[in-house]
Amino acid sequence: MSINRRQFLGLSGAAIAGAALAPSLRLIELAQARSPEETASAQHRWGLLIDSSKCADGCTSCVNACAEENGIQGHGRPTTDAQWIRKVTLKDKQTGYVQNLPLMCQHCESPPCVDVCPTGASFKRADGIVLVDKHICIGCRYCMMACPYKARSFVHEVTTGQKAYAPRGKGTVESCTLCVHKVDRGDGSTACADACKKEGHQAILFGDLKDPDSEISKRLASQPSTQLRADLKLNTGVRYQGI
Amino acid sequence: MAHVHYLKIEGRSIGFFALLALLGALIAAGLGAVLFMEHNGHWVTGMNNQVMWGTPHVFAVFLIVAASGALNVASIASVFGRQLYKPLARLSGLLAITLLAGGLAVLVLDLGRPERLIVAMTYYNFKSIFAWNIILYTGFFAIVAVYLWMMFERRFNDYTKTVGMAAFLWRLTLTTGTGSIFGFLVAREAYDSALYAPMFIIMSFAYGLAIFILVLFAATRWTGRPLGDVMVARLKNLLGVFVASVLYFVLVYHLTNLYMTGRHDVERFILLDGGIYTRLFWIGQILIGGVLPLVLLFSTLGRSRTMIALAAIMVVVGGLVQMYVTIIGGQALPMPLFPGKDASSSFFDGVVGTYTPSLPEFLLGIGGFSLALGMTVFAIKVLPFLPASLADADVDPHHGPNKKTTDTA
Amino acid sequence: MRTVKLLRPFSGLVLAVGLILSGVSVFGHDKAAHAADASGAVPMPVHTFEKGEQCVEPVDVMRRNHMQLILHQRDKTMHEGIRTTQHSLNKCVDCHADKKTGSVLGKDGFCENCHRYSAVSIDCFECHSSVREASAAVTAPPSSVRVLTAQPQKTNATATVMDGGSAKNAGAVFPPKGKTP
Repeated sequence: MSINRRQFLGLSGAAIAGAALAPSLRLIELAQARSPEETASAQHRWGLLIDSSKCADGCTSCVNACAEENGIQGHGRPTTDAQWIRKVTLKDKQTGYVQNLPLMCQHCESPPCVDVCPTGASFKRADGIVLVDKHICIGCRYCMMACPYKARSFVHEVTTGQKAYAPRGKGTVESCTLCVHKVDRGDGSTACADACKKEGHQAILFGDLKDPDSEISKRLASQPSTQLRADLKLNTGVRYQGI
Repeated sequence: MAHVHYLKIEGRSIGFFALLALLGALIAAGLGAVLFMEHNGHWVTGMNNQVMWGTPHVFAVFLIVAASGALNVASIASVFGRQLYKPLARLSGLLAITLLAGGLAVLVLDLGRPERLIVAMTYYNFKSIFAWNIILYTGFFAIVAVYLWMMFERRFNDYTKTVGMAAFLWRLTLTTGTGSIFGFLVAREAYDSALYAPMFIIMSFAYGLAIFILVLFAATRWTGRPLGDVMVARLKNLLGVFVASVLYFVLVYHLTNLYMTGRHDVERFILLDGGIYTRLFWIGQILIGGVLPLVLLFSTLGRSRTMIALAAIMVVVGGLVQMYVTIIGGQALPMPLFPGKDASSSFFDGVVGTYTPSLPEFLLGIGGFSLALGMTVFAIKVLPFLPASLADADVDPHHGPNKKTTDTA
Repeated sequence: MRTVKLLRPFSGLVLAVGLILSGVSVFGHDKAAHAADASGAVPMPVHTFEKGEQCVEPVDVMRRNHMQLILHQRDKTMHEGIRTTQHSLNKCVDCHADKKTGSVLGKDGFCENCHRYSAVSIDCFECHSSVREASAAVTAPPSSVRVLTAQPQKTNATATVMDGGSAKNAGAVFPPKGKTP
C-alpha cells in the first residue's frame, strides 16, 4: 500500500509521541481509579498473595524496590535500620527443605497493633490498609511489641531525603503501607509486586480481596493458601502459597 | 490516749544537703542522657527493632509497680483498720506519688516523641490498655493527693477510710492495667497470659514495701527518730510474706508453661540456655530477689535491722532483674512465625534479639529513681509526713480503735 | 508597717505588670526598625513566590489559618484517603519552594523565615519532604486513563538501597546469632 507524505509524517509523529509517553501511560480499570475527593471505601480490601514457590533464592528486588519507592535509607546498622519488607529463608527442621518468601505488614483485619496503640495513631483504613498516622504517633513502640509479625520499625535516627508521598521521621514507628500512595493514585500494584514481576518471578500479586473478578480473588478461590500465624485469627490481608 | 505527732524533718544538716546534691546530680545526668538520646535518635541506645523496650522501661515499670505497692501500708491502716500502721500512712501515700512520678518521667522521656505527651493525653484509643493506664496513672495522683489531704487535715480524718478504699481499689486496677500491658500481647509467647495482672499486683506489694522499709529506716535513722522493734517486726514479716507470694506466682507461671509443649522454647530460653537471661533469672530474680531475702527475713538473722535492710535491698535488686528478664527477655525471644522451621532474614527473624544496655538508658533509669527519692526528701522537709516517733511505746496497738491523730507542724 | 502588710497581696500583681511593661518596651519597638536593623533583631520574613499569581486561599486567611487548614487536610488524607490538592502540603511546598534551593526551609525558605521570625517551631518537616517534587506535571486525566507522574527527581539525599544486611547478604541463610547475646 502507498501512503502520502502527510500520512507518513502523521504516523511517525504519533509513533514518536507514543514511544515517549508509553512508559508512563497505563490503562487502569475503572474500579481502581479513585478520584482524589473520594474517601477510601470499605467496598475494597487490598491485599497481597505471595507464592513462596516462585520466590527466588538470593533475590531481593522487592526489598530494594520498597526502599527505593519509600525513601528508606540504610545506615549500616541492621539492628536499628528500618525494614518494611524482608526476605525470609525457611529451612524445615525435620526435612531440611529450604524456601524463601518476602515478609511485610500483613494488614490484618483485626490488627493487634491497632488495638494497643494508646493514641490511635496505628489505625486501619476503611479499605483494609493498616497505617501509622505519624502526626499523632508518640513513639512508644507498643505496637512493635504487639505485632505478631515483627512488621514495624522504629525510626532511630534523623531522616532526610523523604519522598513527598511517603513521609517518615525520627521517633515515630512505621511499616509497610501497601504503597497506599500508589493505591490511591490507581496504579493497581505495589512497588514490591511490580519489582517481582519485572524480575520475572511474579511471586507477589496485589489486588482487591473483595472483588470476586480480581486475579487475586480468583487465585485464592481456586488454589490453597494460608495465613501466617493463622491461629491468632487476625484474618490477614496478605496470604501465602507454598508454605 | 496516745497521739501521733508528725514533724517535718529539720533538713539543715550537711548530710541532708549532700543527699539532695547527690540526687540532684543523678537527676541532671538523667536529663542529659535524655537530651542525648532525643537529639540523636534512639540508635545511640541499645534498643533496636528487635528489643524495643529496654533499660528505661525496666526502671519505669519497676517504679510504677513499686509506687502502687508503696500505698499498701496506708491501705492496711485505712481500709483494713490496722491501727499499728496508721502513723506510716502519710509516708506511704507520699512514696506512692513520688515513685509513680519518677517512673512516669522515665517512661515519657524515653518516648520517640516526648514532646507529644499532650497528644497522648488528648487522643485516646480506648481499646488500648496503655491508654487506660494513662488515665489510671493521672487519676492515681489525684486520688492519693486527696487521700493525703484527708490524713493531713484533722477535720477530714474521718474520711480517710472512704478515700483510702477508693485509692486501694484504684491502685489494684492500675496494677492490673500495668500487668496487662504484657498479659494482653498475643504476639509474644513470654507474655500472652492472664497471670500477669495478679502477678504484678503481688510484685507491687513486695517491691513497694521493700522501698518503703528502706526509706523508713533511712529517714528515722538519719533524723534520729526512734523506730521500735514492734513496727520493724511487722514490716519484716509482711515483706517476707509478699516475697514468698511472688515466688509462688513465678512458680505457677513457669509450671504452666512447662506443661505445654508449645511453650517449651520459652521455658528453655528463660530457665536453661538463654545465656544472660537464664543467669539473671536464677541468680538475680530467684536467688537474690526471692530465696535469700526469705532466709534473711524469717530466720534469726531477721532480728537485725541491717539484715532486714539488706533483704529489702535484695528484693529491690531482684525486682529490677525480674523486670529485665520479663521485659527484655520476653522481647528477645523470637516469635513463632514459622513453626517447625528455622527462619533467617536480614531482620533477625528466628534468632534471639540482641540487646546491650547502654549508658544513656541506665542514666535515665537511675535519674527517674533519683527523682522519686529527691521528691520524697524534699517533701518530708516541707510537710510533716514523718511521725516524730515510732518507738514501741508510741505505736502500742492496745489502745482503742478511735484513737485520734494530731499533727503538729 | 501596716501599709506594707496590706500591700503584700498586690506585690505579685505589681511584679507581673512591671514585667509585661518592660517586655513590651524592649521587644515592641523593633517593629519599626526591621529590615535595616543590624542590632540583632530578627529580620522580617521575606517572601518570594515562584509559581502562580496567588495562593489557594487569600493571604490574610492563610496567614492566620494555614495551620488549621493543614491539620484538617492531614486527617482527611491520612484516615480517609482524600487527596485533594487544594490544601495538600505537597502542593504548598511545590509552589512555595525557593527557586534556588528548591526548599521551603533554610535561611530564605518560605516557611522557615516566617516561622523563625514568629519563633514558632515547625514540626512538619521532621517527616515531610521540604523540597519541591521536580517536574511533577499531573494533567487531569480523561475518565479511563490516568497519566502517571514521572518519577520525582532525587534532590538532596538520594534514597539508597538498604545496605548492611539486606543487599549484601541477600538470601544467605543467616547463621543463628547464638543463644547468648
